[in-house]
Amino acid sequence: MTYLAKPKLHHPTLTTNAVGYTRRDYEGRVSTLCAGCGHDSISAAIVQACWELNIEPHRVAKLSGIGCSSKTPDYFLGASHGFNTVHGRMPSVLTGANLANRDLLYLGVSGDGDSASIGLGQFANAMRRGVRMAYIVENNGVYGLTKGQFSATADRGSKSKKGAVNRDNPVDLVGLALQLGATYVARSFSGDKEQLVPLIKGALEHGGAAFIDVISPCVTFNNHSGSTKSYDYVRWHDEAVSRIDFLPAHSEITVDYAAGSTIDVLQHDGSTLRLSKLHADYDPTDRYAALSYMHERQARGEIVTGLLYLDPVAVDLHVSLNTSDTPLNTLQASELCPGAQALEKINASLR
Amino acid sequence: MKRIEAVNDFVIKFANVNGSGSASANELFAKAILRMGVPVSPRNIFPSNIQGMPTWYEARVCEKGYLGRRGGVDMMVAMNPQTWAADVAEVQSGGYLFYDSTRPVAESALRKDIEVIGVPLTEICNAAYADPRQRQLFKNIIYVGALSVLLDVDAAVFETLFAEQYRGKELLLESNVRALHLGRDYVKNHLQAPLGIRVQRADKVGNQIFTDGNSAAALGCVYGGATVAAWYPITPSSSVAETFQKFCDKFRVEPQSGKNRVAIVQAEDELASIGVVVGAGWNGARAFTATSGPGISLMTEFIGLAYFAEIPITIIDVQRGGPSTGMPTRTQQSDLLACAYASHGDTKHVLLFPEDPHECFEHAAAALDLAERLQTPIFVMSDLDIGMNQRLCKPFTWDDARAYDRGKVMTAEELEAGKDFGRYKDVDGDGIPWRTLPGTHPTLGSYFTRGTTRDPYARYSERGSDYVYNMERLLKKFKTAAALAPQPELRRAERATRLGVLYFGSTSPAMREALDVLTQQGYELDALRLRAFPFAESVSQFMAEHDKVFVVEQNRDAQMHTLLVNELSIDPARLVKVLHYDGTPITARFISEAIAQNLTPVQTETPLQKEAA
Repeated sequence: MTYLAKPKLHHPTLTTNAVGYTRRDYEGRVSTLCAGCGHDSISAAIVQACWELNIEPHRVAKLSGIGCSSKTPDYFLGASHGFNTVHGRMPSVLTGANLANRDLLYLGVSGDGDSASIGLGQFANAMRRGVRMAYIVENNGVYGLTKGQFSATADRGSKSKKGAVNRDNPVDLVGLALQLGATYVARSFSGDKEQLVPLIKGALEHGGAAFIDVISPCVTFNNHSGSTKSYDYVRWHDEAVSRIDFLPAHSEITVDYAAGSTIDVLQHDGSTLRLSKLHADYDPTDRYAALSYMHERQARGEIVTGLLYLDPVAVDLHVSLNTSDTPLNTLQASELCPGAQALEKINASLR
Repeated sequence: MKRIEAVNDFVIKFANVNGSGSASANELFAKAILRMGVPVSPRNIFPSNIQGMPTWYEARVCEKGYLGRRGGVDMMVAMNPQTWAADVAEVQSGGYLFYDSTRPVAESALRKDIEVIGVPLTEICNAAYADPRQRQLFKNIIYVGALSVLLDVDAAVFETLFAEQYRGKELLLESNVRALHLGRDYVKNHLQAPLGIRVQRADKVGNQIFTDGNSAAALGCVYGGATVAAWYPITPSSSVAETFQKFCDKFRVEPQSGKNRVAIVQAEDELASIGVVVGAGWNGARAFTATSGPGISLMTEFIGLAYFAEIPITIIDVQRGGPSTGMPTRTQQSDLLACAYASHGDTKHVLLFPEDPHECFEHAAAALDLAERLQTPIFVMSDLDIGMNQRLCKPFTWDDARAYDRGKVMTAEELEAGKDFGRYKDVDGDGIPWRTLPGTHPTLGSYFTRGTTRDPYARYSERGSDYVYNMERLLKKFKTAAALAPQPELRRAERATRLGVLYFGSTSPAMREALDVLTQQGYELDALRLRAFPFAESVSQFMAEHDKVFVVEQNRDAQMHTLLVNELSIDPARLVKVLHYDGTPITARFISEAIAQNLTPVQTETPLQKEAA
C-alpha cells in the first residue's frame, strides 16, 4: 500500500543539484502499481526532469484525477503538495489552484480514461484556456483499476486481453490539444527515457498549456499481441520527428545531436529548447502542418513521437484574465475589501 | 360598484410581453413610490423564455412596510393582449383596469365590477415617435406617466430619477421626460384623477436601500475577500457572477498596474466551475460559485470531495422550482435536502438562510469566513424571490476593523518551530484540523489530498479505525459549525404561549405580516427564524418550550421539517407543516390562514388559547 514509506537514508555520496537536492529528494512513496508498469517509468522521468531542472520540490503542485495513472503523483516529489481529485476533473481543480497561486509549478497527471472519456470536456477546456501547466497523460488504452476494459484511446480493431475487439474510433488527445490551442504538444513513450525526460523538462518550464501524451503500456491488461499500446507494438511503430534538449536560462550546456537539422527556440523565461529535427520536412512551429503530419503517419499505423508543436510565446490564463502578479491567495483584506466608505456610496446609489 | 379606496396600501400588477423593455419602466414606477417615502415590494413573474412570452411585475405598495406578497390585485395594467382575459379576471372587485385604448375593446371583454381606464397609448406614441423601437420603449414610459397622475405621484419625483439615471446623456433625459409628460397630459386632459387608490407622501422608507439579493451576494463576496469565482450560467443565479465581475472591475483593479486582484472564470459546466473553486480553496484562495438546483446536482461529487478532503468552498445556491427543470423562473425553497446532505456516503453541510438582500450580503461574506474556519463547503441558500427581485432592506454595513478569518493555516515558521502537523488530526478538540498551503516549506508540512480514507497524518489508509476517527471528527466539526454559524432570531409573542412557528429565508416578510394578522385574530405564537443549518442549541430549546410548532416552508415535501426531525430527533407529531410550493412567493394570507385553520380546534381545548382568544 502507499502508506509504506521509503527509507529516509541517503547514500552520502549521492550527487546534489544546484539547489542542493539529491535525486532521492524527488522521489515519493513506494509505487503500488504492477511491476513493469509504464507509469512507473514516467514517474522516474518526472523525478529526473525535476532534479535536472533544479526545481525545489515544494514549489510544485501535483494534481491528478482517478485511475492507475492518477495514483502516481504519490510516487514522486514527496515534498510537494498533491491532490488526487475526482475522475476526469483534475483540469478544473488544477485551473483553480493555478489561479490561486501563480508562483508554483503545476503538474497535472492523468490517464486515458480520465482525460479522453469522462474528462474529455475538462481536458479540452483547460487546453483552450491556456492554463499554465505540464499536463501528462499516461496513455495505456485500457482501464487497469477496473481490470481491463477499453478506454477511449484504444485503437479501433485492437483486442482486449480477453479477446474482445474494440469497435469504436479512438480519441486522439494530441490532435485535440493541437486544435484547441495548447502551445506545447508532445507525444512520447514511457520506454524512451532519453526522449521523455527533456520533453517533461520543456513542459514544466513552458509558459502555457503544455501537453504530453505518453504511451505507457499496461503490463497486466494491455501488453499482448492484439494491442496497439503494448511495449512491442510501440517499439516497432515509433517514429520520432524530433529530439529535444532543454537548456535552462543562462545555462552553458551544449548538446550535440547528429541527425537532421537543429533549431533553438527561446522560451519566455530565457531558457532554450534545442530541437533536433529527425525529419527535414517537419516544422514543429506550424500547428496545422503538425496536425496533418501526425494524422498522415497515424493512418499508416505509425506513432509519431517527439515535440510535435511549440509556440514559445504562450499566453496563459493569467495573461488572458490580466490577474495581479501577486498570488491571489496572499492578498490581504486591505487589498481586497473596498471598505465602509465605498459601501456608503453604494448604499446611497440604491435609495 | 363600490370601488377600492386606499391610500398607500394597494397591489398593482403590470402584464407585459417579455422583451418589450417594460422592466425598466416598471422599476422606475416602483422607485418613484419609494421616493414618495412609501415602501414598495415588487416581484417579477417571468417566463423561461427570451422574448414574446407573457411577463408580469407585481408591486405591492404598503405604508406599514410589509414586503411579502399580499395576494390579490387592486389595479391591473394590462399591456399584453395574449393574457388579457386572465389579467382582467384577476382584478379584485372594485379594482381598476388600465389598458391601451387605441383599439376598441368589446364590452364583453371588460368587467362591470371594476373601473376601466383606457389611455390610447399606441396612438399617443405613434404620433410622437417615428422609430419603431422608440415607439415600443416610450409606450412604457407613457403608461408610467399616465399612472403617475392616476395615482397622484409627483412629476418631480420622476424627473429627479431620470436626471440621476441619464446624467450626462441629455438627449435620453429629454426624450424620457417628454414621454412621461405625454402620458401625464393625456390623463390630466381626459380623465378623472386620482383614483380611489393613490400614493401620498410619507416617511416610511427611511434610510433603507432597494436592491436584489444576487447583487447583494455578489457584493458580499467582494467585501468578504473572494479572489476566485467560477460559474456556469443558470437562472436565477447568473447575475451573482455577472455583478461580481462588475464590482470587481470597479474595486479590484490594482491602481498602478491595472491588473485584477481577482480571477473570474465562466467554466464549461457546473462540474468544472466547482472544480475550479475546489482547486482554488485547496490552494488558499477564497473561492465561490453561484448556481441553482440543477447545478447543485452536477456539483455533488465535488461537494463530497470538499467535505471529506476538508477544503473551503462557498456555494451560493439561488433556488428555483424543481425537480428537474421544474419551474426554472419561479421560486422555491426546495434544495434543502439536496444541499444539506449533498453527495454520496454520510455527509452534512452547513447552510445559511438569508432573509433579504441585506442578509445575502452578510451571509456571503460570512460564508467565506466560515468556509476557511471550518474547511468545508458552505451554502448560501438564497432563492429566486430574494435573488432576482429588488427588495427594500437595511443598508449594507461593514466594519473596517473586521479581519478575514483565514482559519487554521500552519505557517512555515510554525512548522519550523516544530509544531506537530497532522493534516487530519483534531488537536484543538473542535474537530477542525490544521492545514498547510502548497509551497509553504521545503521539507515540512506537505501532504497528499485525496478523497480516500487516510490516517490523521494524511497517509492513505484502509483501516476502519482511521475511517471512524475521521468521520467522528467531521461530526464534531459540524457541531462546532452550529455555534459559529448565524444564530436564529427569536420573536416572542406578547403573552406566554406554547405555540411556535419556525421559518427561514425569503418567507420572512410574509411571516412578519402573518404574525401581526394572527395576533390581531387572537393567536399568540412565538416565532423563530432559522438562519443556519446545523441547528443552533436555541432551536432545541425552542422546540422544548412549545407543544406545537408550525414549520413554514416553500416546498412540497417539508424538507426543513425532515431536517428538524432527523437532526434533533423531534417527535413529528409536534410539528405542523405549512407548505407553499406553486412557484410564487408565499403570502401572509396563506400563512395566517393555514395556521389559524389548524388552531381552531385547539383553541377551545387549551387554557392558553382561551386566554389568547
